[in-house]
Amino acid sequence: MKAEDIKRSENKVYCRPELLNDTNMHYCPGCSHGVVHKLVAEVIKEMNQENNAIGVAPVGCAVFAYNYIDIDWIEAAHGRAPAVATGAKRLNPERLVFTYQGDGDLAAIGTAETIHAANRGENIAIIFINNAIYGMTGGQMAPTTLIGQKTATTPYGRRVDLNGHPLKISNLLAELEGTCYVTRQTVHTPAAVRKAKAAIRKAFENSLAGLGTSVVEVVGTCNSGWKLTPDQANKWMEQNMLPFYPLGDLKNNSAK
Amino acid sequence: MKEEVKLMKGNEAIAHAAVRYGCDGYFGYPITPQSEVLETLEALMPWETTGMVVLQAESEVASINMVYGGASTGKAVMTSSSSPGISLMQEGLSYIAAGELPALVVNVMRGGPGLGTIQPSQSDYFQATKGGGHGDYHYIVLAPSTVQEMADFVGLGFDLAFKYRTPAMLLADGVVGQMMEKVVLPEPRSRRTPEQIAEQCPWAVTGDPTGRKRNVLTTLELESDKMEVNNHRLQATYRRIEENEVRYQEYFMEDAEVVFVAFGSIARICLKAIEDAREQGIKVGLIRPITLWPFPTKRITELASKAKGFMVVELNAGQMVQDVRLAVEGKAPVYHYGRMGGVIPNPQEVFDATVSHFPFLKK
Repeated sequence: MKAEDIKRSENKVYCRPELLNDTNMHYCPGCSHGVVHKLVAEVIKEMNQENNAIGVAPVGCAVFAYNYIDIDWIEAAHGRAPAVATGAKRLNPERLVFTYQGDGDLAAIGTAETIHAANRGENIAIIFINNAIYGMTGGQMAPTTLIGQKTATTPYGRRVDLNGHPLKISNLLAELEGTCYVTRQTVHTPAAVRKAKAAIRKAFENSLAGLGTSVVEVVGTCNSGWKLTPDQANKWMEQNMLPFYPLGDLKNNSAK
Repeated sequence: MKEEVKLMKGNEAIAHAAVRYGCDGYFGYPITPQSEVLETLEALMPWETTGMVVLQAESEVASINMVYGGASTGKAVMTSSSSPGISLMQEGLSYIAAGELPALVVNVMRGGPGLGTIQPSQSDYFQATKGGGHGDYHYIVLAPSTVQEMADFVGLGFDLAFKYRTPAMLLADGVVGQMMEKVVLPEPRSRRTPEQIAEQCPWAVTGDPTGRKRNVLTTLELESDKMEVNNHRLQATYRRIEENEVRYQEYFMEDAEVVFVAFGSIARICLKAIEDAREQGIKVGLIRPITLWPFPTKRITELASKAKGFMVVELNAGQMVQDVRLAVEGKAPVYHYGRMGGVIPNPQEVFDATVSHFPFLKK
């Protein structure tokens, strides 16, 4: 059998999402960002929102999200994405406006903007990558870094007496009246990827339906920051991250 | 149509002028002495009439980033605050300048540093005219001295901001913000339609790239050569602004031996001191910069070759006086009289300080 006999449209089971630009990603092999980018690109296309979407990129590893997903983007200052999204959405209420943020961006420097945008019930979706480390700047402690976890700024492990506790910000956001949907997902298995994609779609649908703020936390891996192979990183995440950040919906008042 | 004359505070005039300009959105946080801007907008409920968005944010940091988000989509957006709040906005202002976004920022100055005082001051001149945040940038700074100018400069600020794709600041002080005066509000205009925005602002991140390439608003460029090109583009814009947008007003300048330089509310006190002096035949005049950046450098250089000296009067420790000295180029003596902490001198105090430096003025 020749290759041409196989490369037929009826045999096609997978391809690069149309909205994912054909360019090299800067993400490390094994990083969760690439998978989540793919899901965002797929969901926007499947919802026919490619001409109705504004993404707000963070500062952190996902700072170049705008290079990869082929829609209109605004690159925000560190932590300010929910405020930037508020301005964009309030002035363009018909648009799908979403932020894509890491743990440092969303849960440290941008905590005020995150909580108040969610508490106002801004009709935006927040995609929140929690890998418990600052990847872009070289592996420093994040607000979500686990107790005992070694990072560049906690070289002997995070200590409560020195560094305080890891912040479960999604649990906090779920308590707010302004959020309609808060869920915690991951993307380290095919089944998890499918669930995460459904969650992103639900968040985007909620935003367009004007139900309030939706938050999709994706517990992800940073194998280079964690100093592990991609496979080890997945196992470490299952054994250490998921017991502290359990998966599932924290709140679901989504559109039926 | 007969002009409708109103009596209102400078801060209120800004709010009315914003709605009438066709401003799309205001995002702000309360701080004395400018809270009437937000209060007036909330009372006017423009979302019921023009569709203008008004939102009280959780902080000045959030306000300026909401402005950044709104301005990115090509909308005419603004914020207002007073000195400590404007300090919090410096990060966002740097991004807005770097993103080449039009936006209007109002600073009704109060005395500092720190929490300082709620009384009037002009001590944010350096911050406003030299950039203020990180990186090489400027924005247009308009200095109103009357309630009428508070109203007029809203439209002027927005027009210049869109013309040059740069933020504009209305740098007022607590006197102009709080005092009530007669004002004729500008004629109402319609907000721009999405079609007009798409046509006039092809760079706008509207979310609908139909018929154009997608727009990405970013201020990040990791390649030094490309970043320097971005810097040069900004600098070229600033040179065009310096060439075309210098504004100032002169009073009693034909035969002035000593030239006062003052902006905002203190310029009016200087003018009163000058009028009193003129009644005694004392030859003094005033140049009032209306744009603090770009500064009327050329005009002051011209004046330096015929005046016997300059008297710079400010509500600060001596900030604009540095720009005056640069413009005078050592051709004439330049003195400064400044009051701080919210203290406002009367015309006699201004004149006495002037005579102490220029005894020949004494009759």
